[in-house]
Amino acid sequence: MKWCVWILTVAVSAQVPYDRIVNAQKEPGNWLTYSGNYLGHRFSPLSEITAANVAGLRVKWAYQFESGHTETSPIVVDGVMYITAPNSAAALDARTGRQLWKWSRPLPKDYQSIGFGHVNRGPAILDGRLFVATLDCYLVALDIKSGAERWSTRVEDYKPGYSLTLAPLAIKGKVLIGISGGEAGIRGFVDAYDAASGQRSWRFWTVPAPGEPGHETWPQDGKYKDSWKTGGGSTWVTGSYDPESNLVYWGVGNPGPDWNADSRLGDNLYTCSLVALDGDTGALKWHFQFTPHDTHDWDSAHVPVLFEAEVRGTRRKLVAVANRNAFFYVLDRTSGEFITARAYARQTWAKGLDDRGRPMLLPAIEPSAEGTVIYPNLNGATVWFSPSYSPLTGLFYVSVRELGSIYYKREADYKPGTFFAGGGEAGIPRDEKKGAIRALEVATGKLRWEFPLNTAAWSGVLSTGGGLVFSGSDEGNFFALDAVSGKPLWDFQTGGAITSNPISFNVNGKQHVAIAADRVLYVFGL
Amino acid sequence: MTKWMLGLLAMNAIAQVTADLPAGKKIFESQCALCHGQTGTGGRGPGLNRPKLGKAPDDEALWAVISNGIEPEMPGAWQLNEHEVHSVAAYVRSLGALPPEALPGDASRGERVYQSKGCAGCHMVGGKGEGFGPELTDIGARRNGAHLRQAVLRPATLLPEGFLYVAAVTETGAAVRGIRVNEDSFNIQIKDARGQFHSFRKSELRDLKRLPNETPMPSFEGSLSAAELDDLVAYLASLKGKS
Repeated sequence: MKWCVWILTVAVSAQVPYDRIVNAQKEPGNWLTYSGNYLGHRFSPLSEITAANVAGLRVKWAYQFESGHTETSPIVVDGVMYITAPNSAAALDARTGRQLWKWSRPLPKDYQSIGFGHVNRGPAILDGRLFVATLDCYLVALDIKSGAERWSTRVEDYKPGYSLTLAPLAIKGKVLIGISGGEAGIRGFVDAYDAASGQRSWRFWTVPAPGEPGHETWPQDGKYKDSWKTGGGSTWVTGSYDPESNLVYWGVGNPGPDWNADSRLGDNLYTCSLVALDGDTGALKWHFQFTPHDTHDWDSAHVPVLFEAEVRGTRRKLVAVANRNAFFYVLDRTSGEFITARAYARQTWAKGLDDRGRPMLLPAIEPSAEGTVIYPNLNGATVWFSPSYSPLTGLFYVSVRELGSIYYKREADYKPGTFFAGGGEAGIPRDEKKGAIRALEVATGKLRWEFPLNTAAWSGVLSTGGGLVFSGSDEGNFFALDAVSGKPLWDFQTGGAITSNPISFNVNGKQHVAIAADRVLYVFGL
Repeated sequence: MTKWMLGLLAMNAIAQVTADLPAGKKIFESQCALCHGQTGTGGRGPGLNRPKLGKAPDDEALWAVISNGIEPEMPGAWQLNEHEVHSVAAYVRSLGALPPEALPGDASRGERVYQSKGCAGCHMVGGKGEGFGPELTDIGARRNGAHLRQAVLRPATLLPEGFLYVAAVTETGAAVRGIRVNEDSFNIQIKDARGQFHSFRKSELRDLKRLPNETPMPSFEGSLSAAELDDLVAYLASLKGKS
């Protein structure tokens, strides 16, 4: 009898066990993890809203945040939506948007965002807990029924510039986070915490210390021998996960200082790389560096998209990344082997990639005292907002930013808690600042179609089982395109810049789509 | 205490209240430029290369903004001492400052030229005139004499940032030319020469031409005497703000 009671207790309190997230595609009415599934697809199998009826999409409800520039990507479970804002989280009735509970943590008066805004990109859920990362560097576990705090763990000291802006990634028994602060001379890492206790399970440093593999790519002696300690390598965008291999795939940010590389000769591993980590231990399985010795702030801070396809007659497990450096890459996700790559946006820094995927640099691309014009600009051809992959069309959808920068090199003096950038950029006068949604063949990167945007956007992309692609614009348009042709089918003016990722879910069996625009979360349905 | 030490203290006191422009530039480029652009032209933060800063109308306000930041996006420069804050402020002010210049014309005569040549038919000064063309109330604080002279003589060569002249043809064949007031990926708003607004869905237009090197403003080359041109430029240069 005691055994039966124990089983019942577990069933009641474990509302979102790990297996539900692994099998997220079996319950498309919910949105259980940052990207909708562990594979980073941001694809909803829901198919009620189609090209034939999307013109009838209407606002069902809206929720107003206390401040603007919202980047949250909600989680939806069984009729409840969980959202975040900087240092806060809330549960909403997914039918009406009415608040069920709210939690917040005061932001210390001396907290400063060095190099990014006051943002939060969403929560994670596992069992009966919602996990929220805070600007002042705490990972917090909340009870999903009440919002009561179950534990909070200090990840790092915010004062030197560490911060948390991303949505955590909850895998089996663990919650993973990455760190922001790449412009403040931090040393980056990916951390895993025990979901029940909040104790740290492992840490993977993205800049190896002396004696560790990869450290040889940093200065070994002389006055810059300690440059690795302030070498950057932030990890501020949520990674993806392959439950079969128990490998976590995480993008690593730029080296520091960003634009003055005098103090960090070498490739500067593992900055601007994708790393594959063992989910149990954090051990590095492989890495692939997209931009060795980066001097343009091209973090590899993207959601990696995991998929399978035939490569030269053999079916392989692959990972695709549309990189900030303007190249689209396909790698073998078991080994990290480079498969193929192709530029998907204008770039003026590499004449191409060699047969191992290493860029072949053009001359005179470095930031300079007088300024060097290079495409893409420092925010890259795409950046943190999510791409989408539809297994129905085999297309990888990405919001592309087409603009360049004048890159300047300046002195860099490390002082904890201040900018450590060594330069910066200025816009190119009369540069057109265009953007587009582009659909790429996932295994090759070949362009299938594009939908031009008035300016470069900051919105992620969602594809759906109804054959639609949703995304947003900097001028507030939320819109639907045909997933096969790119034809525009519906749009709505939200009234605020969209800097967030769309999701889709069901309310009472009816498909809805949600997007945050500035300080308002909109939910649409037929 | 020796005279030598007293001298040092005095120098230190002076250093705390004076601004060092090169030092301010160096600090700006390492601590401010990531958001405001290396040359102050803006980026994620606003451009600072303008004579008036909305959040910092005077030096004290600018020092406070630099020291304390602006919630929630702009961090305060807590690490800077008073002298460094003043130096950064001085450099920021220099980004948008126009050096004083002696212009040959007479501003009061130039005002009459402005009226007689019909400038007020498109531009507004101090709330008077028509708002089709750019507002000129503070043009003298933003542009120097050479720029103003060229704008009068060859306006298409000096279009303001973001200015775009467009020509649209509706489904029914009606033609609308005017200044683009706003645009997103699906819609465009145009103001015609009569000041009337037009709003179109771009997909419903038969044609939409962007005319990036055109302006409805005529060239006044040949229609102004040299003296009239000097006077008009002097008048425009005298327009420093709301009146």
